[in-house]
Amino acid sequence: MRRGPSLFNRACVFAGLAFLYAPIALLVAYSFNASRSVAVWGGVSPRWYVALLHDRQMLEAAWTTLRIGVLSASVATVLGTLAAVALVRSGAFRGRLLFSGMIYAPLVLPEVILGLALLLLFVALGLPRGFWTVVVGHTTTTLCYAAVIIQARLSTFDRSLEEAAQDLGCTPLQAFLKVTLPNVAPAVGAAWMLAFTLSLDDLVIASFTSGPGATTLPMRIYSQVRLGVNPEINAVSTLLIGLVTIGVLAAFFAQSRSAARR
Amino acid sequence: MRRGGLAALAPFLWLGVFFLFPFLLVAKLSLSDTALAMPPYAPRIDWSQGLAGVAAFLRGLDLETYARLGSDRIYLVSYLSSLKFAAVATMILLIVGYPIAYGMSRFPPAARQALLMAVILPFWTSFLIRIYAWIAILKPAGILNAALTSLGLPPLDILNTDTAVYLGLVYAYLPFMVLPLYAVLHRQDETLLEAAADLGATPLQAFWRVTFPLSLPGVFAGALLCFIPMVGEFVIPDLMGGSGTLMLGRTIWTEFFANRDWPAASAVAIMLLATLLVPILLYQRRQARLVEGGG
Repeated sequence: MRRGPSLFNRACVFAGLAFLYAPIALLVAYSFNASRSVAVWGGVSPRWYVALLHDRQMLEAAWTTLRIGVLSASVATVLGTLAAVALVRSGAFRGRLLFSGMIYAPLVLPEVILGLALLLLFVALGLPRGFWTVVVGHTTTTLCYAAVIIQARLSTFDRSLEEAAQDLGCTPLQAFLKVTLPNVAPAVGAAWMLAFTLSLDDLVIASFTSGPGATTLPMRIYSQVRLGVNPEINAVSTLLIGLVTIGVLAAFFAQSRSAARR
Repeated sequence: MRRGGLAALAPFLWLGVFFLFPFLLVAKLSLSDTALAMPPYAPRIDWSQGLAGVAAFLRGLDLETYARLGSDRIYLVSYLSSLKFAAVATMILLIVGYPIAYGMSRFPPAARQALLMAVILPFWTSFLIRIYAWIAILKPAGILNAALTSLGLPPLDILNTDTAVYLGLVYAYLPFMVLPLYAVLHRQDETLLEAAADLGATPLQAFWRVTFPLSLPGVFAGALLCFIPMVGEFVIPDLMGGSGTLMLGRTIWTEFFANRDWPAASAVAIMLLATLLVPILLYQRRQARLVEGGG
């Protein structure tokens, strides 16, 4: 029998969570501050959210970011699923080491290097930089995260189910689509969510691969932050955090419910 | 199996074109010279001259950019200071993250799931926004100093110093350290500690001689997962550091966007990549072994 957490254990966990969440809580609280100063509490007011509604540049950036996020997450999830299948199902194929290297390296490689490399590619190809180049950039980095999440689920999936489906007359593709895919669906959903939030969040790759007319929300926030703290940024950040939290919790509960069913 | 190989085709091609090939371009550009043109580098391949154009292009490549980096002390200083920031921050993360991961692993399973979620959630919420939150706290007229002043304490001027960079690194990368540590710690067999106690070990001795050595794979995983990206970190040193905070990620950014020196930015990127190659290969081998071991 496992001993429960001691007082020291509880204190460590509590302090760690407080450290992680206190800055976020303060950010959210101050987005409702009526005063312009960050340090002075002037009462509760929605004025920064109202100001946000009238900030055309910010709204445009948000719309661009959402479209890039949905597109790149969708492509990345499809490619990531295929990559996960390849990693789990195939033993040795030509270039396997290179392949797994290309999947794992972008997870840890500094974004500045990835951004620079992608930019040089677009320049060499003579592609004008803008919306689509950011989509390609985000797809490239997030597909690796998607592959890792789906692969973890796929490696615990019982293959004999798929073989049974084939014995009953399914083609391999049908067996995959009708048996395997529904089984790993929660992981696929979680992978899409992660790819989407990573895309919403990215500053560095977007800055390198974007061009005029395709400013994303993080790029806009970054240029504002460089000028100083601004309560409107708190408001837009709060909305983003709320959106991501709801999505992540939904993906988490979907995954744990289906895990409990098995 | 052929089918698995077939599934690899699309992602393989995608990563080949958009990940692997661009690195060859970075390497090529680091051997080029800057030029007052758009794009601002020379030589470029003159395809209209066929093979002669390619040959002229190859003759134009040289190590001049690297020599330039070697002769300017600022690159060496920022290289060493990147490694120092990343190494020290990794040590702090281990010291801070270990007790948290250990504490989490002591909770009953249902509570552990909730705690795990609580640690993962900040990782999903915007990096940039979390750094921004610290700026509002640390800036001279910020929340921290307002609190200190109201308590009658002298204000602290932390923002735009190295201390702030360390704080930002530890804050942003804490989930990356806690998760791999937790993954090894919560699987550890409790009876080992009982055996150690039966053999006369104090709890502290049992920890150092049983728990900690068994958790070393998690320690290495967490350290690599934090160290590698931190060496090239851009956002944290740029927003929380001072003008004297030199880190390679920031150097690449400045060379590229401010100085428009694309060859220098590429050469710094190649240097950074060469340095990180060994840790990245170590990390990849670990990941591959995890997959083959059944995930």
